[in-house]
Amino acid sequence: MGHETHVHIVPYRVFVRVWLLLLVLTGILVATSTLWHEALSVWAMLIVTPLKAGLVLFYFMHLNYEKPYLRALVFLTLGVLTLFIGILFFDILDR
Amino acid sequence: MSTSSSTPSLVHKDYEGGKLGMWLFLFTEILLFGGLFILYSAYRARYPLEFHEGGQHLNAVIGIANTLILLTSSLTVAISLTALQKGERRRSLLCLAATIVLGLGFLVNKYIEWSGEISHGLYPNSPLMAQRPQGDQIFFGLYYTMTGLHGLHVIAGIIALSVMLGFVLRHKVTRTDFNKLENAGLYWHLVDVIWIFLLPLFYLAA
Repeated sequence: MGHETHVHIVPYRVFVRVWLLLLVLTGILVATSTLWHEALSVWAMLIVTPLKAGLVLFYFMHLNYEKPYLRALVFLTLGVLTLFIGILFFDILDR
Repeated sequence: MSTSSSTPSLVHKDYEGGKLGMWLFLFTEILLFGGLFILYSAYRARYPLEFHEGGQHLNAVIGIANTLILLTSSLTVAISLTALQKGERRRSLLCLAATIVLGLGFLVNKYIEWSGEISHGLYPNSPLMAQRPQGDQIFFGLYYTMTGLHGLHVIAGIIALSVMLGFVLRHKVTRTDFNKLENAGLYWHLVDVIWIFLLPLFYLAA
């Protein structure tokens, strides 16, 4: 393969740090879900879960090191999904 | 193209295209599960109490254990690719094997979990389920559909990673030609991402 121009080798320590962070975030998620405070646990879920998914996408799936067009495509896909979930809730709240 | 017998035949490899193709496939997977997440949201808004109560019947300990298993397996498959790129083939093979073992562990937990629930009569169309309110039936219907579909993806991922293990062993996937392993890894990470969302929606919902 004579033209491996931009292959970025991600160091092990980056992956280990991301993994540790994912474990901590999972701990926070589980801890808040056992609390009595419902609003707090819902907010923790809404913030922590996408954060965990983002860590996997950006580091484990190398999105952080990819060309901008690929990142844009991922955001487009997730944006479309979010848009549809948003439209759904407009519909539900109107009923 | 050279016809000389001394030069090896050139095989055209498009690394960038191979990776883009994998991502496009992953987008269809995101939208497939996305549709189910939309369904979940709609029914959860309609039956909040039943969904809350339904979550109490699930085994949160197994759900959390499986989360730790998948997060760790994502780490091992990521390390496996870096190791191969650095020329540390042995480490790459070990990490790939560890990923497969963790995936199998996930399925064993899933089996224990589902058998427990089914033995308690908690499955779609069971006599017990028929007597429960409609919101409960929908919760368990979605639970089996979404975790079941995810489980099928785990099985597919284990098969893909096992094929990659064979490729690395037979030098078909190498330090300079690792696109296949990278793509199989991307698939495995997506299976992990989907589980990251399933955990709070089902197991921590109570």
